[in-house]
Formats: sequence, C-alpha cells, structure tokens
Amino acid sequence: MPFLRPLAMLLPALASMLASGLIAATAFAADLPALVGALTTGSFGDRETAIGALAASGEQRAAPILEALAAGQLYVRKSDNLVLIGKPDGNQLALSEAISGKSAGSGSEAALDRVRVNNRLRGVIEAAVGSLTLMSPDAKVRREAAEALFKRRDASSLSALDAALAAEKDPRIKRAMSEARAASVLASDAPTSQKLDAIALVRERADRDSLGVLEATAGSATDPEIKTAAAAGASAVRQTLAAWEAAQNVWYGISLGSVLLLAAIGLAITFGTMGVINMAHGEMVMLGAYTTFVVQEIIRTSAPHLFDASLLIALPLAFVVAGGIGILIERGIIRFLYGRPLDTLLATWGLSLVLQQAVRSIFGSSNREVGAPSWMSGAFQVGQINVTYGRLWIVVFSLIVFVALIALLRKTPLGLYMRAVTQNRPMASAMGIRTPRVDALTFGLGSGIAGLAGVALSQIDNVSPNLGQGYIIDSFMVVVFGGVGNLFGTLIGALTLGVVNKFLEPYAGAVLGKILVLVFIILFIQRRPRGLFALKGRSVE
Amino acid sequence: MKLGSMMRTGLVAAGLLAGAAGSAFAQGAPIKVGILHSLSGTMAISETTLKDVMLMLIEEQNKKGGVLGRKLEAVVVDPASNWPLFAEKARELLQKDKVAAVFGCWTSVSRKSVLPVFEELNGILFYPVQYEGEESSRNVFYTGAAPNQQAIPAVDYLMANEKVQRWVLAGTDYVYPRTTNKILEAYLKLKGVKQEDILINYTPFGHSDWQSIVADIKKFGSAGKKTAVVSTINGDANVPFYKELGNQGIKAKDIPVVAFSVGEEELAGIDTKPLVGHLAAWNYFQSVKNPTNEAFIKTWQTFTKNPKRVTNDPMEAHVIGFNMWIEAVKKAGTTDPDAVIDAMIGVAVPNLTGGLSAMMPNHHITKPVLIGEIQGNGQFDVVSSTALVLGDEWSDYLPDSKDLISDWRKPMSCGNFNVATGKCGGKGK
Repeated sequence: MPFLRPLAMLLPALASMLASGLIAATAFAADLPALVGALTTGSFGDRETAIGALAASGEQRAAPILEALAAGQLYVRKSDNLVLIGKPDGNQLALSEAISGKSAGSGSEAALDRVRVNNRLRGVIEAAVGSLTLMSPDAKVRREAAEALFKRRDASSLSALDAALAAEKDPRIKRAMSEARAASVLASDAPTSQKLDAIALVRERADRDSLGVLEATAGSATDPEIKTAAAAGASAVRQTLAAWEAAQNVWYGISLGSVLLLAAIGLAITFGTMGVINMAHGEMVMLGAYTTFVVQEIIRTSAPHLFDASLLIALPLAFVVAGGIGILIERGIIRFLYGRPLDTLLATWGLSLVLQQAVRSIFGSSNREVGAPSWMSGAFQVGQINVTYGRLWIVVFSLIVFVALIALLRKTPLGLYMRAVTQNRPMASAMGIRTPRVDALTFGLGSGIAGLAGVALSQIDNVSPNLGQGYIIDSFMVVVFGGVGNLFGTLIGALTLGVVNKFLEPYAGAVLGKILVLVFIILFIQRRPRGLFALKGRSVE
Repeated sequence: MKLGSMMRTGLVAAGLLAGAAGSAFAQGAPIKVGILHSLSGTMAISETTLKDVMLMLIEEQNKKGGVLGRKLEAVVVDPASNWPLFAEKARELLQKDKVAAVFGCWTSVSRKSVLPVFEELNGILFYPVQYEGEESSRNVFYTGAAPNQQAIPAVDYLMANEKVQRWVLAGTDYVYPRTTNKILEAYLKLKGVKQEDILINYTPFGHSDWQSIVADIKKFGSAGKKTAVVSTINGDANVPFYKELGNQGIKAKDIPVVAFSVGEEELAGIDTKPLVGHLAAWNYFQSVKNPTNEAFIKTWQTFTKNPKRVTNDPMEAHVIGFNMWIEAVKKAGTTDPDAVIDAMIGVAVPNLTGGLSAMMPNHHITKPVLIGEIQGNGQFDVVSSTALVLGDEWSDYLPDSKDLISDWRKPMSCGNFNVATGKCGGKGK
C-alpha cells in the first residue's frame, strides 16, 4: 500500500511533536523521570526545550542532574536505558541513579552512553540551574545563581527572581539579585518606567557584563527614551572602565617586566659584569624549566601529596643544574676565549644549538606539561582588574631574586671578589684573589639564576626545547637598555620595557608594538650608548 | 626519552627495511619514498610525528608485500625547520635518491620553497596540512584541508548554533592566517556582518604574553552581542594563549574560541579542564568511533610503543595520501611520475572517519568537516559533521581568485584556468 508510506514517515514526526507538547504540559506536574528522559534524547534543540521545562518545574532535585549534564557526567546505561550520574573514581566511574540519587555501584565508560552537550546547552543549563538554586540555603550558591541569571538576561526567570528577592536577607546577594532582575526586565516587554529604573540599576554596577547588557538594550530597544538612557548608561560605564584599563595596562606591564627581569638578570651578571656574550643563556632558562618538569614527574609518580611544594623543591635543583652546567661551560670553553667576543658569540651560539638538540633527543620535541600548584592557580578581582595568582607570584619571585642577588654582591666575600675582579682584574689578582675561580663562580651564578627563571617561566610558557630562544633577544635588550654592568639598570629597564610594551600593544598591535619598542631602544642607545645607568669606573675606560 | 628512543627505532627500522628489501623479498629494487619533515628546530614539535606515521605506513605496506611486487624503502631527510634547506633536501631526494614520491612539509612557506624544485624535476609531493589555498600545482597533491574544508564550515557552525554576531579573527603573523582571515572577512561581510563587528589581530610567532590581547578580546566581547574568536594562532603560541583565557575566566559558553591549528597533539601539553567547550574544526578527530579508526590508533600506539600516543588530522591526511599513491601506482603499473600523476585523479580510498575520500582533478581531496569541542581529557567531542566537501583551491570569496579553477586532466591540464576569460593563466600562481 504505497499511500501508507508517507504516513509511516509522518508518524515519528508526529510522535515527537506530541512529546514536546507533553513536556510543556507536564512541566508543572513536575514529572521528573519523563523530563530527565527527554534530556537524553533528540537533537541539541530538543534538549534545550527539555532543560527549559526542567527549570520551569522548580524541582530542587533537577539541579544536580543539570549540573552533571553540564559537566559531561550524565550517562545512559546501554543495557536498560537508566539515566545515571557518573563521577570519575580512578579508572572507573562511581555511578548513582540520577533521579533517586541511589548508588548504582561503579562501571566503566564502555557500558554507558555519555549524554553530549555543546556550548549553547551549557549556557542554557547554567541559567536553568541558576533559577533552580536561587533559594538554596548556601549563600555562595545563591550569589552564583544571581550572577548566572544576570549574564543570561532572560525574561522567563523574572518570577523565580521575584520570589527569591522576597525571601532574601543578605543585602549583597539581594543587590546581585535585583541587578539580575533588572537585566531580565530589560529583556522582557515591561513598561518603559520599569525599564528606565532597571537601566539605572545596571549602570551603577559599572563592569564589563553590565556594559554588555546596556549595549544590547541600546541596540535592540524601539522606545527612543529607553534607547537614549541605555546609550548614556553604556558610555558612562565605558568611561569608568577606561580608567580601570589604564591601571590594568600598568599591572600587565609590571607583570611582563618581571618576566623580562627574571630572564635578563642572569645575563646581567654574565654579560653585564663579565662581558661574556653568552648566546646559550636562554638554554640555561630552558634547563631550569626541564628540571621543574622532571621534579614534577618524580613527585607525581612517587609522592603526589608533595605536588604543591614541587616548585619550591625545583628551585634549588634548577639553580644547581643550570649553575653546574654554566661552570662546566666556563671551564671547558669560555675561559679560552676571553677577550675574543666574536669567537665567544659563535661558540656559545653553537652550544645553544647543541643543548637544544640534546634536550630534544632526551625529552622529545613535544611540549611537556608542567602543572601549576594550587596556590598559583586562579585569580582574584581588584576593582575591574583581573589579577592571576600565577603572575602575582612571578612578580614577587623576581623581586626576591633581585634583592637576594644585590645582597650577595654587596654583603658576601664572594660578591666582593666578583666586584673586585670586574673592576680591576690585575689588581684583584695581585691582592691574592684567584681570578679564574671567581670567573667560573660568577658564570655559574649567572647561569644558576637563569635556571631559577626557568622554574618560574615553566608556569607561563611552553616547556619545549625552544623555550630559551624566545627570551634571549629580550634579555640582551633589557641589559643593554638598562646599562651594562648595572643591576638596578636591569630592574628599571625590564619594568620600563614591560610597561611601554603593554601600553603600545592595544593601539599598535603586538607585532608593530614590538617593532616600535626595538626602534625606541635603537634610538635610545644612539643617544646614550651605555644605557640608562652607565657604569662609571676604571673598567669602563 | 620515549620519543628519542622511538626515533632511533624508527630509523633503525627504516635501515632494516632497506637492507631486507634489497636482499630477500623483492624481485626488483625497492621503491624509494622520500620523507621531508623537520626533525629539529621549531617545527620538529609537529613534523616528527608525521615522519613516524610515514615510517609506520611503509612498514605496514611492506608486510602486505609492498607494491608492484617491490618493497618500499623510506628515505628520511631533516630540513631542520629551515625553509631554504627544504628546497635543497627536496632536490637531494629527487636527484640523488631518485624517490618515487615525497611526503612532507608543514608550513606554507616550506611548501612554497620546494614547489619550484618539484615542478622543475617533475617529482610528486603529498602535502598533509591544512593551508590557505590559492595554489594548485601539477606536482603537488594537497591532502590537508583548503579553507572551505575547515574555516568556512566552522564559521557557519558558530553562526547557526551559537548565534555569533561579533568575530575576533586572531592569528599568527604569516601567510596562512593572513590569507585565511582575508577569505573569512570577505565571507563574513557577505553574510551581513558589519566591519565594526570584526576585530583582526596578529601576533608574532611564539608569542607568550597574551594578557593584553585576551583583555582586548574580553572588551570586544562586551558589546552585548554574542562574540566568538576564530583562531589561526600557530603551534607553540597556543599553550600560553589558552592558559591566559583560562586565567582571565573566559569560558567557552561566553566567548567560544574555534581553532584551526589546535589538535590532539597540541592539547597533550595542557590541562584542558578550563578549556572544555572551546572548539576546533578538522577533518578528523581521534575520538571518532569506527573500526578503521580504532584499528589505526591501535597500530600507531603499538608502533610507537606508547599506549597514550594521540593521533591527529595531518596524520590522517598522510594515511589518505599514502594509500592513494599506492592505489595510483597499482593502477598505473609503474612509479613513473607522469603516469602516477594522471592515475591519481579519481582514486578513492577509505578515510579514517568512515567514508571514502577521492582525489579530484584539482589535486585536492574530498573529506567531511567535523567540528569538535575540547573535553577534559584532551580529546574532542564531535558536535557537528558535514557530508564530503571538495577542497576549493581558489577561494570564491576573494576577488583575485573567484574566477579561477584548476583541472589537471588532459587536455586542460591547467592550475589556474580563468572561467571569465576562458584562458589558462589568470591571476595568482
């Protein structure tokens, strides 16, 4: 019966239409199993409808299910189509029934189908969970829920927000909720007066998210009054943000400067005070980073609880490894080349290639993962500036290294010898200082500090054989700019270049910004060949 | 350490193969296959893997008895990420070693560097990496994606599924990102996106301080319209870029990033948990489930003696290219370049995503386009896939190339036929 075929094709379509109708109908009856079942089938679009229905049901039990879905932890068991939540537990998954929460033992992923989500669904889920958790007893959860709804700005969450606002006691959360409500009002078809109040409220918030809300309102509103109010609000917020942006550039500049300082400070010793053009300096940094990697690998396999201390353990080791290799280089190659800068340059450049390829042969050419300890991950807000702990610690660390180095040069006998040898080698030698030994130790110290820099840089850059190459030019630039042989010059030079770079970048772009900085340095060196802080003394003449 | 010893075993294997092929099995002398991938320098990070996959494919083929009754022999050279050296090594392979075909190159500049050599000496090059198009050579078979097989479908996906209205085109400053972004910009404008909703940003190779650029993206994204980043950022610079995105709290659901150069290999060096949901567009993902792919992954992990070793898209391109070449050699009954070049067109072999890829007259192949979201385990979850798409070498969206086609079948045999003027040799190469 050929005429039946189109009908047969129509049937599944009809069934799915009916099903979606059913979802809407049962939403208020809170028929959780059916709603959860709908989450796991159909296209991404169907699931979006199902999530909306779950959120509208107001069912508290739905929140953990949706959270599991967003995290990719919701599964359907292949044998009996039961919906399960699976939390990773070693190589297995610890399973629990999604609806009842009862434990369902453990299983492997092979017997389960993971319910897939995409970005769009994750956003929808976040808002849905937000409206479900607005009444949560946990204050932090309520605050997050309000934030999620603010970003989502969906008129359908108004009723949930109103109910939550009435019950809320904490003034700060209440504020967040009323902001979320204002954002939702702007997305709804509320009367003009309400919308104007909402715009005022959002404007007071004055951050990136509120700018987004105002811009969107200004773009989509039809009422001219609302349009102008939103546009005025947006430009006010933009002005506030511009001030914060300048502050942010300064912070980014300091942060970049501290990285430059770390990379350059070892070179300030070997090149600055000894006058050795060491092209293998970057490779010392790389060795420090690989030392960190090895330390972390050993800790991961034998003592995982020490992971947070891994960088602290790596610091002395990186110093010893890079410093030791530095001393070997000085004794083996460089001491035969003193007074022949071109030969030194070529020899150390060749050496850098040898070191790179050696590391590539031992560790492989791909990047190695160096993890961040818990105290270095995450970020906090200062006003509108996002400060990451990792960057903050690197700034602190570079200053500590700097101060320690100054103290070493000023307060210890070794520092005294070093200064004596750089200032007047024959006289120092005549006073009984073993200058070759001091040379070796100075070079070792410079290399060791480069190793320390490697530990810090492993946190922000790729740990690969090419790590050092990216820093060698910058390091020389900083040392030359700051004034050869002057540590304070290196500090000021690094910070200046960092800040200048970060102020240029937004206007000129990263490529042109870098070129401009180089041109600036060339012009500067033309005027002041000895850098910012020229060393005065006998050695200069 | 693993990779080092693996490289050594690979080389030893190649040596053994050469020895074995010469003496016991083969009737004729072995057929030489050139492998032109950097094993040192900046690009070694990506290209070493491709050399290994070629050694594996050749070993597997020899187990099956080689081709035309002769064994295959790999000739591995190291152009050391040095573009002029690529041309020298290519010449060495073709003139001194007399290889039947070369599999190699990664960056576009290395391909451009060897192109004249292959044309002059009439060699065959299989190029396995996604590239910017705007080129078609009789001596090159492009098994990687052209922009319409990667960039355009990715933008379409974001428009349709995530309702993106504002676009950041971020790339490393060299020819592939520049050309791709030019095509994308033209395409977006065609789709009604206004100039002020497009932000284009270039960074130097190996850029490591992403703080202000990520802050800029965040700023651009707070205009009340859904914003996405289309990233053609190359290789090494990606790790600090993604780390900074995570640090500044940019989640995929707020501002998704779709990348064209980030695959399983690149993700192996990062903790991907903060990146869940960011996207990549490729023609192959390791996570694609089908028997061909599972068998390939197993062979690869056994060959490299590393059960965690990942696979990626350019590897699949070499698999397809190598199998096509084998088929073409069988079809032609000889390894003579002219005969093989003619026999290549129309050859179809299974790809690893469960379909058949065919070599078309423009020396590009048909492949499906897959969009994947990054997962917490460093793999991709496929959220969208298309039917087979043919690589379009001359983009339809650039004024200089929209009238050009290439067809290497006789009698046309032209790489840049202008359909408007009806003559071979329009603009471009």
